[in-house]
Amino acid sequence: MSKAVTIGNKKATVAPFSSWMVVFVLVPMALVVYYAFTSSEGGFTLDNLKWIYTYRSTMFLSLRLAFTATAICLLLAYPIAYSMSRASEKIQRNATLIIMLPMWMNFLVRTYSWMTILENNGLINSALRSVFSLFGGEFDGFQLINNRGAIVLGMVYNFLPYMILPIYTSLTKIDNSLLEAARDLGSDGFNVFRRVILPLSVPGIISGITMVFIPSISTFIISRILGGGKDFLIGDLIEDYFLGNSGVVNYNIGAALSMVLMVLILVATFFMNHFDKDAKTSGGGRI
Amino acid sequence: MKKRLLSLLCAVLLLLSLVGCSDGGNTAEGKQSINVYNWGEYIDQSVLDDFEDKTGIHVNYTTYASNEEMYSKIVSGAASYDVIIPSEYMISKMINEDLLAELNFDNIPNYKYIGDEYRGLSYDPDEKYSVPYTWGTVVIVYNTKYVDEEDVKDESIELLWNEKYAGNILMFDNPRDAFALAHIKLGHSMNTTNPEDWYEAAEELKKQKPLVQAYVMDQIFDKMLNEEAYIAAYYAGDAMTMMDENEHLAAYVPKEGANMFFDSMCVLKNSQNKEGAEKFINFMCETDIAVRNAEAVWYAIPHTAAYEALDPEQREDPLVYPPRETLDKCEVFINLNEETLILQSELWINLKTQY
Amino acid sequence: MKKFLKVYNALILAFLYLPILVVIIFSFNSGSSRAKFEGFSLQWYIELFQDELILQSLYYSIIIAVLSALIATVIGTLAAVGINSMRGWKKSALLSVNNIPVVNPEIVTAISMMILFVFVLSHFNNMEMGFGTLLISHITFNIPYVVLSVLPKLKGMDQNIYYAALDLGCPPVKSFIKVVIPQILPGIISGLIMAFTLSLDDFVISYFNSGATFQTLPVTIYSMTKKPYSLKLNALSTLLFAVILVLMLISNIKKPVNKKAKK
Repeated sequence: MSKAVTIGNKKATVAPFSSWMVVFVLVPMALVVYYAFTSSEGGFTLDNLKWIYTYRSTMFLSLRLAFTATAICLLLAYPIAYSMSRASEKIQRNATLIIMLPMWMNFLVRTYSWMTILENNGLINSALRSVFSLFGGEFDGFQLINNRGAIVLGMVYNFLPYMILPIYTSLTKIDNSLLEAARDLGSDGFNVFRRVILPLSVPGIISGITMVFIPSISTFIISRILGGGKDFLIGDLIEDYFLGNSGVVNYNIGAALSMVLMVLILVATFFMNHFDKDAKTSGGGRI
Repeated sequence: MKKRLLSLLCAVLLLLSLVGCSDGGNTAEGKQSINVYNWGEYIDQSVLDDFEDKTGIHVNYTTYASNEEMYSKIVSGAASYDVIIPSEYMISKMINEDLLAELNFDNIPNYKYIGDEYRGLSYDPDEKYSVPYTWGTVVIVYNTKYVDEEDVKDESIELLWNEKYAGNILMFDNPRDAFALAHIKLGHSMNTTNPEDWYEAAEELKKQKPLVQAYVMDQIFDKMLNEEAYIAAYYAGDAMTMMDENEHLAAYVPKEGANMFFDSMCVLKNSQNKEGAEKFINFMCETDIAVRNAEAVWYAIPHTAAYEALDPEQREDPLVYPPRETLDKCEVFINLNEETLILQSELWINLKTQY
Repeated sequence: MKKFLKVYNALILAFLYLPILVVIIFSFNSGSSRAKFEGFSLQWYIELFQDELILQSLYYSIIIAVLSALIATVIGTLAAVGINSMRGWKKSALLSVNNIPVVNPEIVTAISMMILFVFVLSHFNNMEMGFGTLLISHITFNIPYVVLSVLPKLKGMDQNIYYAALDLGCPPVKSFIKVVIPQILPGIISGLIMAFTLSLDDFVISYFNSGATFQTLPVTIYSMTKKPYSLKLNALSTLLFAVILVLMLISNIKKPVNKKAKK
């Protein structure tokens, strides 16, 4: 085992980093916790936590929508990630670019564009209307926007690439000879997938789930643009308490709600990592 | 030791970068500038260039969607502005909290044009802090193509609660304006401080929620013009602008009454360029500028000379300058006390978090 | 099965690109509505270049992105070298701290920094959020990505070369620059690029930490969407998208040539 590279003092090289992270990451986190447990006068209180209970329906709604969006992303992403990983090297590189390219357009503008598509007089409904009128029928139009379905659609649309790319990466790492071996030993296509490919892609799935779930549960713009501003999600609540759009600024309640979000995600990542380790060992054992 | 030195260096760098960006009224080239913070869609943008040409003062122009948004941005200390244009109740709140500067009227000679009936109103009784910009009422806008005549002939606020138009109604996305409509429907004063009244109003808004397509502010233009929604309550001047662009739109002041507002120009106490701000206010009160601005935004103006010079079509429009008997039904917001404000915000968030 | 996958992939791509197509088409609308296409015109492109606010915030966005990416790359690369040479709890502590901004929801990072800034700024007169707070917050969320992209390269390189250089009498800093940097350069560059793009694209953190006059492009776009929607935004997005597309095509064409040259 060789010694790692150092220049000068080890501590000196990490000093800018560690002091920066202390001042601008750890101190702000500590301030969030501090605000969550103090009243606006500055004394210690647990009152802010009761707001978490008050807003439990918002928490559940956010969780539900984020779960739904993550699940849909996973289902949509897997087949395309799989076929990408089986393609030639040149196609693979181009496909990665094609998947990433949409993220280069500002997400607000893209999300607004969905309004044009989904509105009552939008592209989909107009197209359907003209089809109906061809056959002499009447069509009122589907309600495609200003509801929760549209919020989920916005999440899926914005975060789908974050699911496709990690799954694709984990699938490319699978050794082709493993699949051949499985086939030689008599597994049919489905069993190869279930017993070899799927377990080996679990790390990709896990990181995809985290990368979709976290931004979904904390979004505060998508719900406003596509949901008609009717239902707040956790992100909207936090924004409201910090920027005071409802007339009252309250950092304390806002901090308490942010803390919940942090804890939720901490728990989620913990379980994910746990699951990841399990899958690695048992997945390896199954082959 | 080295570590400490480096941390110190970081801290110094940080401070330098903070200080470097906040030299207030003067930009790097030594050119003067002022920060103007106004409602969206509330000015003829070309006026800003004229001001810069005339005085050499550059205007950084940004906008907000509600009084509350503006207020919290200012009290957070996140940003410093020079000129703001709040509504009357917000002005009295800001005067109470010592956020506004007393104006030097020697720098605003054009104040002489402001009509007597717009001076010394209850929000600024001694005429010290504000120069009236525009005024108007809230009106109900509807699309004649989709809304039946019999539903609008009594000019009632009930139209906003009419189940026939479920999914096609737009509502204010700020608590003060939204609750005012509910209070009016119930026959309360908009300025009630009785919690019972507020709970009742909240119930009305909850009843209305399933009928509402979206809670919006200026996105209302898109939705009404594209005929995505059929009915909305909004400020008179903006309603006029929309009616100008879509011939099917019409509007009325509800017979039960409406909110009447006076928006005035104020200078913030911590303004870095108070004189420039006053120059700007004075410029906005020049007669030809005031006329041009009024003809762009379609709000009623308190400027006597400009009023005379207005296009008669605008001057005689009963929605822009409603007749006395209509105005008598209207009410002006006053600043709510702290408890009521907190209750209002809780009820509003409750509306958006109860399913 | 293969046919099914082909159709399926086409559908997914359609889903990803439909809104983008709509943005591009409507940027050429002669009307002002984002819902009805009335005819072809370039008026929104002309108006875009007359909109001082948009151009200024684009300029500010680029400044912040360049500066924050450069500073984060220096701090992050040094940190990666230090962390790589460490062991035990110190190493894992530093790595955990590094992960906080990556794992935390953006809104939480944003409000936590906002609390700090508001707290500090309230103790000084005449100071407001703006260039400084934006730069600091962008550097903060950029550093972890630089560390994460440099670290694997350091682990993967042969550490002995560096010590060989030292043994041959080359001073540490010089041998670091001459020997180590070239080997980890791909990691540094990809960290730099990632930091630059993250910063350019960031909305949430900038939204909570920008002030009256110094706003980045995404924040300006957001404040514009609150008003009646202007197709100027479509024109802007189309142009930026075209620039990115061209850059990507160029780098993609270049790559295979480079590989061959190396061989």
